[in-house]
Amino acid sequence: MPEATREATPLLDLVDTASVLVCCGSGGVGKTTTAAVIALEAARRGRRAAVVTIDPARRLANAMGLEALSNEPSQVQGDWPGELWALMLDTKRTFDSLVAAHAGDEAQTQRILANRFYQNISGALSGTQEYMATEKLYELHHERDFDLVVVDTPPSRHALDFLDAPRRLTRFLDHRLYRILMAPTRGAMKAVSVAAQAFVRTLTKVVGGEVFDDAITFFTAFDGMEKGFKQRAEAVMGLLADEGTSFVLIASPRRDTVAEADYFASKLAEEGIDVSALVVNRMHPRFGEGLAEAAAARAETLAGTPLGDHYANLADFRLAASGEEQHLADLTAKVAPAPVVRVPMLSTDVHDLAGLAAVADHLFAAAGQG
Amino acid sequence: METAEFLAASRLVIVAGKGGVGKTTVSATLAMAAARSGLAVQLLEIEGKSGLSSLFGREALAYDDAELAPGIRGRTITPDEALLDYLKAHGLSRVSKRLVSSGALEIVATAAPGIRDILVLGKVKQLEQERSADLLVLDAPAAGHAITFLLAARALLDTVGVGPINAQARDVLELLTDPARCQVMLVTLPEETPVNELIDTAYHLEDRVGVSLGPVVVNGVVAELPGLDTDPEAAAEAGGVSLRPGEAESMRAAAAFRAERRELQVEQVARLSSALPLPQIHLPFLFGPDLGSAELGTLTDAFTAGITALETVSGP
Repeated sequence: MPEATREATPLLDLVDTASVLVCCGSGGVGKTTTAAVIALEAARRGRRAAVVTIDPARRLANAMGLEALSNEPSQVQGDWPGELWALMLDTKRTFDSLVAAHAGDEAQTQRILANRFYQNISGALSGTQEYMATEKLYELHHERDFDLVVVDTPPSRHALDFLDAPRRLTRFLDHRLYRILMAPTRGAMKAVSVAAQAFVRTLTKVVGGEVFDDAITFFTAFDGMEKGFKQRAEAVMGLLADEGTSFVLIASPRRDTVAEADYFASKLAEEGIDVSALVVNRMHPRFGEGLAEAAAARAETLAGTPLGDHYANLADFRLAASGEEQHLADLTAKVAPAPVVRVPMLSTDVHDLAGLAAVADHLFAAAGQG
Repeated sequence: METAEFLAASRLVIVAGKGGVGKTTVSATLAMAAARSGLAVQLLEIEGKSGLSSLFGREALAYDDAELAPGIRGRTITPDEALLDYLKAHGLSRVSKRLVSSGALEIVATAAPGIRDILVLGKVKQLEQERSADLLVLDAPAAGHAITFLLAARALLDTVGVGPINAQARDVLELLTDPARCQVMLVTLPEETPVNELIDTAYHLEDRVGVSLGPVVVNGVVAELPGLDTDPEAAAEAGGVSLRPGEAESMRAAAAFRAERRELQVEQVARLSSALPLPQIHLPFLFGPDLGSAELGTLTDAFTAGITALETVSGP
């Protein structure tokens, strides 16, 4: 699958020049597929590209000819001048590696990994998945020397946890309650105020004492590692703010998903981040130039006849197409001057590389962008 | 089957499905169908902006009850406020404010993940026990969290061996596993990936949580237009109508597109039926841009017709 002949488009320019592309958007809008298609296109244009997915669906792995994706990059075989690698984020393993990298010795690593509180954090602390996605991104960019890393963000309810994720853990470690918990082991029990002790007693009453025993054991084991974690988190945040990092917003043209995308765009703007491109998947095709209302009126006059059904069908799709443009109007204005790429609703899910390439032909078509 | 009989089969229906399948719309539709059959309904959303209230043309929901439509009240439940309620009920109101405002909940929730879910489900359980409505409809959290959310009670029993949270988890699990009190209604689209995920979710929920599953709602089914089988030119001639230039081509292309989409949908629906022996309720794909009371009415008609067509007395 060699390089396809393409006219220059802004999105294609990003594929050629960006070093990190972050794909954001809500769930179910084709984010994972779009991320994979972008990475494939980069490989076809001679770059060494990696795509990090969050989606546990096996379909994408199979589409790329892989049995399954793991937490380490696997190379996708294909006839292109560059390289394509893919991996699926394993939050817990990534966290484990991070602990191992910052621990003083193997014994400290093992103490932490075996702790129940740690197991809970690494699997379920809100924002951990986002944090590990950025961590993985950093690792691939700096330590694996990829030209382009495309990352598919988790379909988070708190849409931009991703941007803030690395700081969340450090905030967590800085929390006052943590210090209260740590105080006894640091031999400063007398410094803990009576109020704080009452507070801990109350918490213990609510959640049970063993949870706290686990927590204290964890914080004790973790002692001394905070600094390394914080430095790494700052470095990761730095990469997200780097000028080689671009954000692609992915949406579908339905009202609710456009609203989500709009919220995303606002949040990115608050962080001072520009949207580099807006990709709208699953656009309905428009059949003919006429108005939906005209077709609907004809359908009503001819109701019950085959021709009436034909007009009703035209009316349905015209209504869908114009409604979608109506939903998108504000969003495209908000992300301007970012290019808007409209990808038509495709009749099947992607099952192989040819399927990904077919999506690429839509995504990088010069027509329909603007 | 009678709508009222069907909907009264359990007091709580949890509507679950992955993001983007129309879970919130289905929750509103279920509530409308129940209200039409004379039941007092309470719609519950869990923090965040699900858009539930805008379907009814109302302001965003708050922690306090508000009327959404005749017979339908709605409210939101947040873990923080549920925790405050809980602490108050256990005589701990003095420290409760501080617990929440200090951000300690985040630490506690980390210490035992699932605590947020248990607080929310605990509040739902309280409403269910108070019989705050004939039917409670819970719009479950989106984006594949349904399993984690519903597994929280089971998981917490392992993490937290004693204390009030443990007791709460037991109560919640009792609610979730009693078909007379609670059922889960799963929502999907007639497309490959959502159908795969729904099948996985259904087996997980039955095996690991032991909840009782109601019919599956297949949302966004494109209606059949039988006249499209006739070529537009032949149809025009038969009707003595002349078409504008190019119109026949547009009609042919549009008919082919609809036929292709329908074929794929029928295939996915059939796959779902063979993989998951649960009855299905189909809701139509809405082509129009608006989703308000008129559209909700159309969906409610289809939902009610779907219930009427069900044979088994399985409840929602």
